[in-house]
Amino acid sequence: MTADRRPLPFAITLAAGTSLANRTGAWRTERPVYRDLTPPCEHACPAGERVQGWLYRAETGDYEGAWRALMADNPFPAVMGRVCYHPCQTACNRGELDEAVGINAVERFLGDKAIEEGWTVPVEAAPTGRRVLVVGAGPAGLSAAYHLRLLGHEVTVADAAEQAGGMMRYGIPAYRLPRAVLDAEIARLERMGVRFDLGTLVTNLDVESAGCDAVFLAVGAQLPKRAHIPAGDSARVMEALSLLRSVAEGEPVRLGRRVVVYGGGNTAVDAARTARRLGAEDALIVYRRNRERMPAHESEVEEALAEGVRIRWLSTIAAADGDSVTVERMELGDDGFPRPTGEFETLAADAVVMAVGQDVDRRLVEDLPETEGAVAVGADFMTAAPGVFAGGDMVPSERTVTVAIGHGKRAARRIHEWLGAAAAPEPAAPPVATPADLNTWYYADAPHRVRPRLEAARRAGGFEEVVGGLDAGTALFEARRCLSCGNCFECDNCYGMCPDNAVVKLGPGRGFAIDLDHCKGCGICAAECPAGAIAMVEEPT
Amino acid sequence: MSAKAKFYQVGSFAVGNRLLDPGDRTVQSRQDRPNALTGGHRACRGCGEALGARFVQDAAVRATGGRLITVNATGCLEVFSSPFPENAWQVPWMHSLFGNAPSVASGVAYALKAKGDTQTRVLGQGGDGGTVDIGFGALSGTFERDDDVLFVCYDNEAYMNTGVQRSGATPPAARTATTPALGPAPGNAFGQGKDAARIARAHRIPYVATATVADLHDLEAKVAAAMEVRGARYLHVLVPCPLGWGTRSDETIALARLAVGTGLFPLYEARFGEVAAVTPLRRPPVPVEEYLRPQRRYAHLFTPARDDAAIARLQALADANIAEYGLEPQEES
Ligand SMILES: Cc1cc2nc3c(=O)[nH]c(=O)nc-3n(C[C@H](O)[C@H](O)[C@H](O)COP(=O)(O)OP(=O)(O)OC[C@H]3O[C@@H](n4cnc5c(N)ncnc54)[C@H](O)[C@@H]3O)c2cc1C
Ligand SMILES: Cc1ncc(C[n+]2csc(CCOP(=O)(O)OP(=O)(O)O)c2C)c(N)n1
Ligand code: SF4
Ligand SMILES: [Mg+2]
Repeated sequence: MTADRRPLPFAITLAAGTSLANRTGAWRTERPVYRDLTPPCEHACPAGERVQGWLYRAETGDYEGAWRALMADNPFPAVMGRVCYHPCQTACNRGELDEAVGINAVERFLGDKAIEEGWTVPVEAAPTGRRVLVVGAGPAGLSAAYHLRLLGHEVTVADAAEQAGGMMRYGIPAYRLPRAVLDAEIARLERMGVRFDLGTLVTNLDVESAGCDAVFLAVGAQLPKRAHIPAGDSARVMEALSLLRSVAEGEPVRLGRRVVVYGGGNTAVDAARTARRLGAEDALIVYRRNRERMPAHESEVEEALAEGVRIRWLSTIAAADGDSVTVERMELGDDGFPRPTGEFETLAADAVVMAVGQDVDRRLVEDLPETEGAVAVGADFMTAAPGVFAGGDMVPSERTVTVAIGHGKRAARRIHEWLGAAAAPEPAAPPVATPADLNTWYYADAPHRVRPRLEAARRAGGFEEVVGGLDAGTALFEARRCLSCGNCFECDNCYGMCPDNAVVKLGPGRGFAIDLDHCKGCGICAAECPAGAIAMVEEPT
Repeated sequence: MSAKAKFYQVGSFAVGNRLLDPGDRTVQSRQDRPNALTGGHRACRGCGEALGARFVQDAAVRATGGRLITVNATGCLEVFSSPFPENAWQVPWMHSLFGNAPSVASGVAYALKAKGDTQTRVLGQGGDGGTVDIGFGALSGTFERDDDVLFVCYDNEAYMNTGVQRSGATPPAARTATTPALGPAPGNAFGQGKDAARIARAHRIPYVATATVADLHDLEAKVAAAMEVRGARYLHVLVPCPLGWGTRSDETIALARLAVGTGLFPLYEARFGEVAAVTPLRRPPVPVEEYLRPQRRYAHLFTPARDDAAIARLQALADANIAEYGLEPQEES
């Protein structure tokens, strides 16, 4: 290629052309292909949040963009940032490097920021004229209502309670979830046009007579399980759920100085922590198995212990009386199940609070088939009754707010299709990015920022929130700890490290392209991609 | 509780990052980088020398505002970049002979001086053979006269262009075409392998530094530092060679990283003969075995039987470097 026809300079006899005429791409046996793997946080999120995606925005300080990306999947970031058990953090690849990214703390920061700034979500879909009744204003119902509203449907949420929120309001105590936060996030749904029909017990499941085109049931599992404890007449025995509900409603509760809570789940822990706040000098949790087998979340157990709650492992309550309970010591069998030992002990107790689990109230759904004590649904969340869908605690699954929110979202999409919308193709998620996919040399050590906690001494005094939030600086820091697993974050490594100058940088936000005329297929770009976002695939023949 | 918002996602180790101030990103990350050595050249797949040359050249072009003349010794870099009629160089570039690149570079510097051009700078470059063997007398002269030349050696530890013959920079135990893996002491003899940067330091010239293709920020900073001073300067860049080392083409960067991480290749800067700064290891030293194992030129250390004695001697070289230069990792801050 000697395009230049000017006379050659002195002593130069031959004009040179550019080497670009040499198509070294012909040497290739494999070619680099950009890909997006599923980040493990996203894979683990029961609500299907695209965590890496919203962290990516937060990393530049674009908190509103981050919040909006998050809101595409979950309408309650401020609630989530407080009560979610964050399986995303358990799955986070950064845990292999130093510590998991504090995803939950950043989520809370974004949620609080949105409340502070008054951000709302516009309903952009054209009205469909279809009406959906949601029964139950817990997280599952509210999430379904939010997503159905975004899809253009008219939604009414009916709930027997006076206020919306379900267990978020009447179960989870205020020291973990301040009501102002819950109110603010529910009010946003109202502003989006979701109608609420509160104080209404729904007793009929007939879709047509309800004047709607589909129903989403989300009545939760609010019936306390019964445990058989012989109790004297003078014994004061109450259900944890009614205790928590009374406290949530501001009703006076009389527990006494010494309170024994029976059970090992989060409800038991919340009941004991609540008892301390109500003035109990001694709050003792009696649980039949050991600490390892306690279903309550580790951090909540820690916090309870810090607040002076005591726990008696491997014990059952055999009987309760006016001012005492009789407990039996248990031992764990080889099968991991507790076995009675016949050794009894009497403990002073003014009240016994029962927290041994909840069942689904079947009154409304007695005609629907049940599985595992819950209502059976298909993969599309539809029950045996056409047009009647269900999700949350009332269907077989893990019972958490996050799972309920995920059910609400997925069910909303299926309801949308049931109401006639074309099924949106849901491409199979790409494989999950594992630590082996990453080139972690490029990531600096950065231990995670811990949220401030209210001193234990100040907690027993009231229902003030225990766990604080991150400030803007620490939230940014935490967001920037994200490794961007499996997704390009434009670090320029591929572009910078190609020996053949065969990676084309397209500019901010536009990523990169491969110049296949010159790429020899050495694979350095894929090997040096910190995020594992490039695969080498065999050259088509 | 408040922490200074820092750039933690990838530290400052990746080529670029949208979170970094553009001024702190590498030259290589720029959409408009000079690409002094463009594509279509005939270097092998995954060539470290091609990469190292573009890294150095682009940084030097940036540092000099484009007023740079390059003189290249014979070797892979020259051969793969300039087979007539194709030319991969997008900068003024000339080639003379295998052994005389430092002298030619000195000549160019004198010519510029005679013309009163104080702006244009001169960069001489060559492989390890051209630098530490045949061009060594010429290079020592350039140093001794303190000519205003930056000379860069791209060290792939053998004469690659003519078929992987041993050079003065070939490390102990490495197999080459002329140091076969035969006999009681297979591969290159121990005690060999010139430490060219140390010899350059002994000339007490204004600036000597070592770098690799695995740490671009470090390499670019050194080129920029070298261009800030006048007089004779030397930069020694380790550039893995998939063909000569017997490695996979995608391992080039990883091997350079391991050469540093084991302590075998210390990174430092020296001014007027004294070590002025070292780049400490980021992590506890990696055993040399991890660096040796992927390379077929060291295969005889592991098969048919493991040569513990030879591996231990190589480990001792790495340990000695770590002690001499103080390379132990420090707290990341
Ligand atoms: C004390 C406690 C603490 C918890 N802490 C956490 C936590 O920290 N994190 C976490 O993820 N999960 C926690 N959970 C679990 C979580 O609260 C539930 O999994 C979640 O609320 C289930 O949501 P849901 O929408 O299915 O049902 P619910 O939240 O139970 O809501 C059901 C709603 O339906 C209404 N309803 C029922 N029947 C009818 C009817 N016939 N007509 C009209 N309305 C009706 C009820 O009034 C209620 O408002 C906790 C649970 C408890 C009890
Ligand atoms: C005087 C002279 N002797 C021998 C050669 C043949 N020759 C060309 S390149 C080369 C080896 C180059 O080795 P090195 O400088 O290490 O560069 P590399 O190819 O490894 O990058 C040799 C021996 C020559 N061109 N001139
Ligand atoms: S032989 Fe080595 S130095 Fe020469 S072009 Fe191939 S990889 Fe590069
Ligand atoms: Mg060489």
